[in-house]
Amino acid sequence: MVDATGTRRADVAVRDGVIIEVTDSIEAQGREFDATGCVVAPGLVDLHTHLREPGREEAETVETGSRAAALGGYTAVVAMPNTEPAIDSAAVVRQVLELGRKALVDVRVAGAITVGRAGQQLAPLGEMADLGVRLFTDDGAGVQDARLMRRALEYARGLGVVLAQHCEDESLAAGGHMHEGEWSSRLGIPGIPSEAEELMVARDVALCRLTGAPVHFLHLSTAVSVDLVREAKAAGLPVTAEAAPHHFTLTHESVSAYDTRFKVNPPLRTRADVAAVKVGLADGTIDAIATDHAPHSQEAKEAPFDQAPPGMLGLETALALALTELELPVQQVLALLSWQPARIAGLQGEHGGPVAAGHPANLCVFDADETWTVDRAQLASRSRNTPFDGRALRGRVRHTISGGEAVVVDGVAQR
Amino acid sequence: MKHLLSMADLGADGIEEILRVTDSFVEVTARDIPRVPALRGKTIVSLFYEESTRTRLSFETAARRLSADVMTFSVGSSSVQKGESLKDTVETIQAMGMDAVVVRHASAGVPWQVSQWVDASVVNAGDGWHEHPTQALLDAYTIRERLGSLEGRRIAIVGDIKHSRVARSNVLGFHALGAEVTLVAPPTLLPPSLEGWPCEVTTDLDALLPKLDVIYVLRMQRERMTEAVLPSLREYTSRYGLTARRAANLPDGALVMHPGPMNRGVEIAAEVADAPGTVITRQVANGVAVRMAVLFLLLGSGASIV
Repeated sequence: MVDATGTRRADVAVRDGVIIEVTDSIEAQGREFDATGCVVAPGLVDLHTHLREPGREEAETVETGSRAAALGGYTAVVAMPNTEPAIDSAAVVRQVLELGRKALVDVRVAGAITVGRAGQQLAPLGEMADLGVRLFTDDGAGVQDARLMRRALEYARGLGVVLAQHCEDESLAAGGHMHEGEWSSRLGIPGIPSEAEELMVARDVALCRLTGAPVHFLHLSTAVSVDLVREAKAAGLPVTAEAAPHHFTLTHESVSAYDTRFKVNPPLRTRADVAAVKVGLADGTIDAIATDHAPHSQEAKEAPFDQAPPGMLGLETALALALTELELPVQQVLALLSWQPARIAGLQGEHGGPVAAGHPANLCVFDADETWTVDRAQLASRSRNTPFDGRALRGRVRHTISGGEAVVVDGVAQR
Repeated sequence: MKHLLSMADLGADGIEEILRVTDSFVEVTARDIPRVPALRGKTIVSLFYEESTRTRLSFETAARRLSADVMTFSVGSSSVQKGESLKDTVETIQAMGMDAVVVRHASAGVPWQVSQWVDASVVNAGDGWHEHPTQALLDAYTIRERLGSLEGRRIAIVGDIKHSRVARSNVLGFHALGAEVTLVAPPTLLPPSLEGWPCEVTTDLDALLPKLDVIYVLRMQRERMTEAVLPSLREYTSRYGLTARRAANLPDGALVMHPGPMNRGVEIAAEVADAPGTVITRQVANGVAVRMAVLFLLLGSGASIV
């Protein structure tokens, strides 16, 4: 068993959605799950999931996305608000939370910062906060206007909620479809320079200093972004950050055959950036691994590269990619995937452990050594746009217990 | 050779082979009846998502001179206007039966994608800013025809390199055949990175002129003015245009090339375009023979040229 308090060998008993006992050996009453050779951990928490509902149900639904999450070891996901319509009002928040009640895992919602994610007018953050929304973002786009972002941060501070930024200066990124550099130049694809991200990270660090409000940086992808966050933390500013698995595993060279599964925003960057993201994850600069699970239909992805939508699946491969690629102790990997993101999302106490009597039974059981090969045909997501198809990974989820319910048993979703 | 997608796939040997076969077709095109039966019974589709009358006519002429059946898919008046996806369009045409498809598209990489979806051979007739391999082949052929060889020849490519598929293919092709290539452009018209490009780069055209064997002038597109890459066409011409004064500084026998269509008075002065050292019409004529060679090598397995 591994949680924030340490590592030990024990049995766990669960009743009515709550952990009732954790001791060396428990005589089973009722259903028993074999965890021999496995790690029992707090369920994973994804800060960055695109469930696509409402509006893009051909790509994913709350139901299919939550099944993918459960199979990936997650017990909670934060649904991003770039749906159609955007989650920018209490009504849409209620709609998604209602859909989430039938889901396999705990579905939480991030609200939009601005109305329609259009970057013009503040969305009703307070009304959404009253429904339990703790994270707000215009993800898919950054809030371009510095004055509006300043006001949003000030207002959010009063509500005790966190604003999360998709850092991208649109004037510099405009027209780009991959990382600007050696490969974009060779392939003749318009590029997005790293500086488009870094400018906004730097700006929002400044706005964090100005307002004192917490800022969460979504999907950091460049070495300089990681440095900026590291310096901000050293200066004592209330910033947190996440990185996506593809940004510590893949580089822009992957685009060389114009395979649109490798198109994502922020784009896959250089080897040096991948290395810097790994260092950031290892030294605590980056608090969380977040999937940016972004399903797209086959039809949408079968377009010319510059017309295909950006995004790739992540929920079913994140844990294994972290275990395979990061060379970190299991406890540190779980900190990045479970209790640290749980804190950022305001879910501490409900998710992220500890695995101890009296705590909610949100658990993930995985074999850290089992190797398996990603097969996109086998994924539970409604979409197939994984860039990791055919890749051999280490670490496989065996059981997921969400709110006391065994939603995944022996690697099979139970509903 | 299954497809012709990029000059990078050919290598020096592949290019040499195409140029050798082109020699035969140059001879064929000079005949009274410039037609051979080499590809009789084969169907070649021209699929141009971006209008280019010159390139399309050149390919279709090449196909007809090889006695292939030619289908022209005109995007402007087709199901594409009704929202049909690229893949559906390609699969529909494939179902009608085709042996090769010649693809032109405004997006880089489309010929690669098409090659994944069809059994037929795919010829890249220009994809976005990326490549235009048959242009590079006809350019190499034209230089070889005039100068004997590209080995050690000094070639400058001048103009909008960043947005130019011609430049990308020519850098690869000229280099593979042993030429020394220099790119000449203001930094706003260069790709963001030239890492891995086998060429030099400069902003000083005048210093380079007396050393050149070939000056290859690219078309300057007016749209670029709105993108803040240049203050004005006049300023571009004054620094990078091949004016009569600059042309006079070229060594005797140096070639002036342009992929067309020209903006006379912008990147090339009218009197330079019409001067004896200019081989622009020769490029066009060789284009048909080069494309015959490409189609023949892709589809003519076993057939003789006759």
